[in-house]
Amino acid sequence: MQPPTSNPPSYTEYHPRWYRPRVSVYWWMGSWRYLKFILRELSSAFVAVAVIMTLFQLRALRAGPDAYARFEQRMRSPVWIALSLISLIFVVFHAITWFNLTPRAMAIRLRGKRLPDVMVAAPNYAIWLVVSAGVAWMVLR
Amino acid sequence: MASTIILEIQRYSPEQEAEPRFQDYEVPVHKDWVLLDALNHLKDNVDGSLTYRWSCRMGICGSCGVMVNGEPKLSCATFLTDYAHKGSKVRVEPLRYFPVVRDLVTELSDFLGKLKKVKPWLIRTGEPAPRIGEFLQTPEQLERYKQFSMCINCTLCYAACPVVGLDPLFVGPAAIALAQRYNMDSRDQGAQERIAVLAHPEGIWGCTFVGECTRVCPKHVDPAGAIQQYKVKAALEWLKAVVMPWGNRPGKEVSSAAAD
Amino acid sequence: MRAAIAAAEVNPKLSIAVVSKVYPMRSHTVSAEGGAAGVVKPDDSLDEHAYDTISGGDWMCDQDAVEAFVREAPLELMQLEHWGCPWSREPDGHIAVRAFGGMQKRRTWFAADKTGFHMLHTLFQTTLKYDPIKRYDEWFVTKLLVDDGRVQGVVAVELMSGKVQAITAKAVILCTGGCGRVFPFTTNANIKNGDGMALALRAGAPLKDMEFVQYHPTGLPFTGILITEATRAEGGYLINKDGYRYLQDYNLGKPEPKPVLRSMELGPRDRLSQAFVHEDRKGRTVPTPYGPIVHLDLRHLGEQVINTKLPFVRELCLKYQNIDPVRELIPVRPVVHYMMGGVSTDIHGATPLAGLYAAGEVACVSINGANRLGSNSLPECLVFGARAGKAAADYASQQAQPNGIALAQARDEQRRLGTQFLHKTGGKERVAAVRDEMQRTVETSAGIYREAGQLTKATSSLRELQERFEDVRLDDRSHTFNTELQSALELGFMLDVAEAIVQSALQRTESRGAHQRTDHPARDDRKFLAHSLVYRNPDGSARVEYQPVKITRWPPGERVYGQVEEHGKEEAPPAALVRKAS
Repeated sequence: MQPPTSNPPSYTEYHPRWYRPRVSVYWWMGSWRYLKFILRELSSAFVAVAVIMTLFQLRALRAGPDAYARFEQRMRSPVWIALSLISLIFVVFHAITWFNLTPRAMAIRLRGKRLPDVMVAAPNYAIWLVVSAGVAWMVLR
Repeated sequence: MASTIILEIQRYSPEQEAEPRFQDYEVPVHKDWVLLDALNHLKDNVDGSLTYRWSCRMGICGSCGVMVNGEPKLSCATFLTDYAHKGSKVRVEPLRYFPVVRDLVTELSDFLGKLKKVKPWLIRTGEPAPRIGEFLQTPEQLERYKQFSMCINCTLCYAACPVVGLDPLFVGPAAIALAQRYNMDSRDQGAQERIAVLAHPEGIWGCTFVGECTRVCPKHVDPAGAIQQYKVKAALEWLKAVVMPWGNRPGKEVSSAAAD
Repeated sequence: MRAAIAAAEVNPKLSIAVVSKVYPMRSHTVSAEGGAAGVVKPDDSLDEHAYDTISGGDWMCDQDAVEAFVREAPLELMQLEHWGCPWSREPDGHIAVRAFGGMQKRRTWFAADKTGFHMLHTLFQTTLKYDPIKRYDEWFVTKLLVDDGRVQGVVAVELMSGKVQAITAKAVILCTGGCGRVFPFTTNANIKNGDGMALALRAGAPLKDMEFVQYHPTGLPFTGILITEATRAEGGYLINKDGYRYLQDYNLGKPEPKPVLRSMELGPRDRLSQAFVHEDRKGRTVPTPYGPIVHLDLRHLGEQVINTKLPFVRELCLKYQNIDPVRELIPVRPVVHYMMGGVSTDIHGATPLAGLYAAGEVACVSINGANRLGSNSLPECLVFGARAGKAAADYASQQAQPNGIALAQARDEQRRLGTQFLHKTGGKERVAAVRDEMQRTVETSAGIYREAGQLTKATSSLRELQERFEDVRLDDRSHTFNTELQSALELGFMLDVAEAIVQSALQRTESRGAHQRTDHPARDDRKFLAHSLVYRNPDGSARVEYQPVKITRWPPGERVYGQVEEHGKEEAPPAALVRKAS
């Protein structure tokens, strides 16, 4: 439904009066694609949250085992667990959407032909997998 | 499949009403009928005041863009059969984010102004065109910009882009893709001239990469790709200017095609 | 647009207006696919291009015009390349050319399969550079301003507001295209209604060769979308309602499983169209709600071949008419494609009416004669667009300002639109009904085959339709963007053009090229090696006069299928198909 405009002047002969609908502040709820876009943009906030949590973790680590123990305790509270989980979901969402968009921004040409999209996105995933495997090995061994 | 379908069409006659309204029409569904055929049937036989643009009926002139159930589409390329089994009405509105002149007709002078702003013509700053014969351009060089040259100026991308709706000064997907088409043409030397318009908050930096423009483009021009590729290039140019501020030597071509 | 650029370059001080009822990138040039011919390769020559054009036109072409055309075509195409047109290339970077029907040598430049699209957009984008060019987009010209024996501008409705305004000018160039929509089955867009032809006729300029209407043998019956000759070159069959390849009955060879050059489905276009008419008369075509059709069968080619060699055809059928050529038969019939006739001009684009010029399909110079070769019409727009632009600019630079009749005529026109359409009470005809009837009348009488009885009947039918047109009632009474009014005005133009076509066809009692008379099947060079000129008498009736064809170096030969017999020319042309129309 078109949102109303401000009061239009009345029509005078031969002077066309165009209708200019105003874009609603809730435009992003108009389609699930727009919603997905806004969530994608919002995910960067959660990337920031994850980074800040890591910084706090590093600070606690530097301050010694007692401080770190207190940090760990705080992290076990349901609020922080919820926040960590939500941040994880958003960071993964952020990464996936970002990798899938890289072929649009990079037109790589090999021997005159453009590389298909999947071959531009795939290396990102590959590197992600490798780095995650490496970190997991270091943490879990 | 239903044998008729109801079209809920936005009507607006500035001489009679202050605001648009919707009017329902029932049309028969034929296998080879597109929305445009239904509109023509209505105009010829039912209501001659129904107003819309069309010309070629084959998706090359770009006149017939409308919103169908909230999606920007060419009315000559939208089959009724795709909506007939859904049962509910098909909503037909003029393209979003443009002023509406009458019924389904939008006002395009702003769009044309933006096209002109990006200087979409071949610019030579160095050697002029050869007096006899053509510029040599290999098929590979042609392929670099060919996709961006396919734009039919249907403005479906403008109707899909929320930035166009929120910021009326944003140059928009088709215009930037057209600028890129020339920037990447090996015969063009005007990339520097277009930078002022493009590398600007209302140029490429207005784009937040929603990506809807590429999805709705009927000719697969991929304007989102054009814009992001240009963002990379523009960022590199800016970096070069900052790191090497002594600038380009006079006479040196700044052609994006070369940098590719 | 080419004319506007030419005028701006001749005299940058002139102010130039481009007035069009649609935005420039919607012009029907945009849909041209095939290519544009220009002699550019070392194995080719201007004389050969000229000869192909003249013999293809069944010797109705004015040869001085053809000579100028073939000379300037490659220059114009090259200029377009300098302006950025993305012509397809050979691996070494030079312009690529390909073969095209009716041309003995490969000389057709192409930009993928969207030549017209790229040409139009390149021109449009180039005009944006020229400040003197001002555009009046979506202004519908309703009449030419004529006073003192010369054209002084136009009167146009600004569609956006509904206001009728006069644009005074020292010279006017018509580039409004052809009139395919006079016929019911056409490849032409909705906007091709012969506007310029009717405007010129009403202003007193003659229309030349209006009886020559080119049909393309395979078009979709409903949308008119062209199904390219390439489908037949790859091996498609044309079959009637019994699944029989009917072309073998019409002296076009024997049916072979693979396509044979110049035989069966690869025969000349006009012969294929004529075969359709015969099949229809025998009752062997398939009746559909859109008229009789035959089928083009591509199924035996297989999905692989269709996707590699004919992807655009498959895309067009699927996307715009919901038919899959891989699995289904494509319904086809001959469709009107091009109008060889038009506003009579000389080789500079000037009409006999001072200050009026014309170029492109609306004009008839004539370089296409009785039958146009494919890939000649795009360079025609460029060559004669440039010529008309230059000539008009030169003329305008020497003229005094237009006198003051403009305002009065604009007011008259506004009043006429009001009384005849917008404020009329009564009237019971719908625009669409009169238009459909007109199209049926013209197709029956001035279609692929014509004869005197039908044509005479058509004359009175058209008269009746003119009266019914006076009785048209519009649903849309508003000023703002009234497209129903636009359709009504276009219908008025089409009725005038239809009359010109029918009269010219009636008077030409011979068969030549695209004009085939069943009651006069032979070509008659003694009486009819001449252009027909249709004038409008003051009482509204048409009169036809004749103007001899200009022959310079190529005396008329026999346009015989498969061979050429020449009188007087030293060098025989390459012995390939001369009669292969495109």
